Amino acid sequence: MAQVAEQAQKYVGGGILRKEDPELLNGAARFIDDMSIPGMLWVSFVRSPFAHATINSVDTSRAASMPGVKGVYSGTDLADEWADGLPCAWPVTEDIKAPKHWPIAKDKARFAGDAVAVVVAETRAQAVDAAETVDVDYEPLDVVVDMEAALQDGATKVHDEFENNSSYVWNLDVGEVDQVFNDAAVVVKERYYHPRLIPNAIEPRGVICQPNPAQGEYTLYSATQIPHILKVTLALTLGLPEQKLRVVAPEVGGGFGSKLNVYAEEATCLALGRKLGVPLKWIETRSEGYLATTHGRDVIQDMEVAADENGKIVGFRANLLADMGAYLQLVTPGIPILGAFLYHGVYDCQAYSFTCTGVFTNKTPTDAYRGAGRPEATYAVERIMDALARRVRKDPVELRRLNFLEPFDEAREVITGLSFDSGNYGAALDKALDMFGYDELRAEQQRRRDAGDDKLLGIGVSTYIEMCGLAPSQVLASLRYVAGGWEAATIRCHPTGKVTVITGTSPHGQGHVTAWSQIVADELGVDFEDIEVLHGDTAISPLGMDSYGSRSLSVGGVALHYAAEKVITKARTIAAHELEVSEEDLEYSSGTFSVKGAPDKSKTIPEVAFSAWTAHNLPEGTEPGLEETHVFDPPNFTFPSGTHLCAIEVDTETGMTNILKYVAVDDCGTAINPIIIEGQVHGGIAQGIAEAMYEEAVYDENGVLMTSSMSNYRVPSAAELPTFETDRVETPSTTNPLGVKGIGEAGTIASPPAVVNATIDALLPLGIDHIDMPVSPERVWAAIRNASGSSVDARGTDATAAGSGVGSADTPGGEA
Amino acid sequence: MRRISLTVNGVQHEGMVEPRQLLVYFLREQLGLTGTNVGCDTSTCGACTILVNGNAAKSCTLLAVQADGAEITTIEGLASNGEMHPLQKAFHENHGLQCGYCTPGMIMASLDLIANNDDLNDEDVRIGLEGNLCRCTGYQNIVKSVQQAAGEMRSPAST
Ligand code: FES
Ligand code: FES
Repeated sequence: MAQVAEQAQKYVGGGILRKEDPELLNGAARFIDDMSIPGMLWVSFVRSPFAHATINSVDTSRAASMPGVKGVYSGTDLADEWADGLPCAWPVTEDIKAPKHWPIAKDKARFAGDAVAVVVAETRAQAVDAAETVDVDYEPLDVVVDMEAALQDGATKVHDEFENNSSYVWNLDVGEVDQVFNDAAVVVKERYYHPRLIPNAIEPRGVICQPNPAQGEYTLYSATQIPHILKVTLALTLGLPEQKLRVVAPEVGGGFGSKLNVYAEEATCLALGRKLGVPLKWIETRSEGYLATTHGRDVIQDMEVAADENGKIVGFRANLLADMGAYLQLVTPGIPILGAFLYHGVYDCQAYSFTCTGVFTNKTPTDAYRGAGRPEATYAVERIMDALARRVRKDPVELRRLNFLEPFDEAREVITGLSFDSGNYGAALDKALDMFGYDELRAEQQRRRDAGDDKLLGIGVSTYIEMCGLAPSQVLASLRYVAGGWEAATIRCHPTGKVTVITGTSPHGQGHVTAWSQIVADELGVDFEDIEVLHGDTAISPLGMDSYGSRSLSVGGVALHYAAEKVITKARTIAAHELEVSEEDLEYSSGTFSVKGAPDKSKTIPEVAFSAWTAHNLPEGTEPGLEETHVFDPPNFTFPSGTHLCAIEVDTETGMTNILKYVAVDDCGTAINPIIIEGQVHGGIAQGIAEAMYEEAVYDENGVLMTSSMSNYRVPSAAELPTFETDRVETPSTTNPLGVKGIGEAGTIASPPAVVNATIDALLPLGIDHIDMPVSPERVWAAIRNASGSSVDARGTDATAAGSGVGSADTPGGEA
Repeated sequence: MRRISLTVNGVQHEGMVEPRQLLVYFLREQLGLTGTNVGCDTSTCGACTILVNGNAAKSCTLLAVQADGAEITTIEGLASNGEMHPLQKAFHENHGLQCGYCTPGMIMASLDLIANNDDLNDEDVRIGLEGNLCRCTGYQNIVKSVQQAAGEMRSPAST
């Protein structure tokens, strides 16, 4: 219905201030820890200090006699509570090894932090105190921490029931890969270690279970991104009738993928609520979360590019080892697969190969973290592009231009078989170069090199693409994901002219309430303030697939658009009947139907809503009420893209690095709210810079997390981050009628290679062409010392120092 | 248990607290002032920042008994007569918050920063807020918000 798209847009595209803000600004918002229920008990978990140990026995007697304690349970005590283990919804291959994952470990602890017992007490402090007195007899076992060691013959097994620590091997080959690589004039190969990251949403996780024993019903409140998925999966894990379970996500303080899971603590609180019949609450401490909340990344990538002598690319080949950690959480094995199709970036090629081996280790399970698979792909592609540029002696920008896919505004198939929705990569690049002052910075770089300046300048380019709008359900089926990728929206037009919108997305900072109101206000011509958006409660929004993978707008927002079309279609029937004309004689614009040629004869949507409610004079066969639901299953993914440029100054005396300039030009398709987009880009870049320069979860050889609290894992503050200059280009997506692509993850996907490429570019005169993330001052300094042939003291080589990383493949990036 | 008496957002409160009770939990669980958040257990994140006798303090680092006799301001005490404080207004107008979990602490820390510095450039604001972590915004709009509020709070026309 083109009529909707054509009407005057009052709100869409405007920088409308957020409706969500007032209660977040005055302290009235209710996060999980702000809620309490009369008679509520507190839950605390006992966690294994060993990364791998047999649990010989759990003595709960002392804890049970502590003040206020109402129950202490080991994994064996709760064994009968589970109809199944915690779910892994993405068994990526037919022969994947997916272990049973009991919420409370029974026989063995497989990572430091694995829950082995749980305590219920009257107060938070009593529960914590009692948990400390549970006496667990552990027999420590050998530990596997490093992925390559884990894959060696005879390595200690994380799961005895499998023959080794390989969970799966997933492969996609297109074209004559070996031949193309054999025949190519130039092949560049590098190895990159992508560090393990701790998500650090500032709100820790938490759960409240409220049973209603009389009805056999349960309400589970959780600081989650996925209330709908939780309802289905927890019903299965607990053998609970799904219709008896309601899941509510209250105000949620950020997620970044870490709240996109079905956690042991959620299942256990629900099981204890069922067992004890009383309300229970658990709030994670930050240090506990470092062990028990999923981590991100932790991938070793062998990346290759083949090209002719001018740098025209013919093939890409990527071989990954991806650390699963000790168990497969909700989508652990699928994370690398979200990047599997993007190892050619925005560049044309004839041959493509991607292989990923999922590896079990005795570490916290990994899973989605902002970008999920796509940062890894983008990092490998954009790093190897710079390496190729050096090899063929071309400017990195020029090399990229040479290989860009031509601009296209109709979907086009690419090498992997995917169809990119639309793209104009040169447009974003041009704009970014202009904002950045590329030529001047290159000249300045040369000046400093010529002068032998201590402070070298480096320029990093990242012309990224990502894939979001998860996802066409049939494609998910072909990738062996067990659920669909649709999203639902309902619009309820009240007789008083007000509107309720019910969405299946579950925002936790993204501003859906505002953006959804903008869409509906324009399409139905109702006042922005008259629209209420409800979300995050399975009793209110029964249909939903929740928020992750930058899907909310491009799937949920589009569902809303279609629901609005259905409302308009029904309202047109009623308006035509009341105005005694045929439907074709009505024009629709901004919420008003008017008779062609007689514009004074008209009906607005609120007027029709009232008529639909009184039902006094409805056309034959029309049901009373004006409320419509649409469930949208996207026909394709969306593919945001853009250019990020970074200028870094490196002090060669100290290794200190300083971002002098950061420019981002993103193409997220049509903009609904530029202010929200900019905010998402800022936050995304900040997380990507953190990944590139500051953060790394480091384990020692015993599988003990060394970066075990917020005080020794470097989440950057405002003082460590630069100001970003951002802008956009718009090539509307062809996947959906709104033309939107998604922007939640783009900054995190694009920025790490921009930063690392810039750092390496600065150090090239010293003969350094590889450093792994995070490019901390220690690492840069060590690389400079190594390159100059000086010895490096323990500070630079100690594998356990933050920024070095066990499992890191910190070898110079030689090429084949 | 010890008796304490303190003023919070202009209202006098008495309470019985365990000696180990942290001030942040006294405010949240005994006084019901849940706007002050807890984001860590290592005094790192600043989500719990409040004003104690006019100075910013991380309320997770203080015992409730240490606040006996103190004047405390929390996020709930900022608006007056239903009007947002200039900082609240600036955070709203500059999209200085996303999930909002760090926001109360960020605003209280900014209040102290503005009160104690006549002239702040962007770098000063960034360094001044070093003890407050935000995972959503990338800080840029927070800096912008603080600068706008600082300007308004200093201009003679402001209330
Ligand atoms: S709660 Fe993190 S500093 Fe107080
Ligand atoms: S707005 Fe989410 S942590 Fe700051």
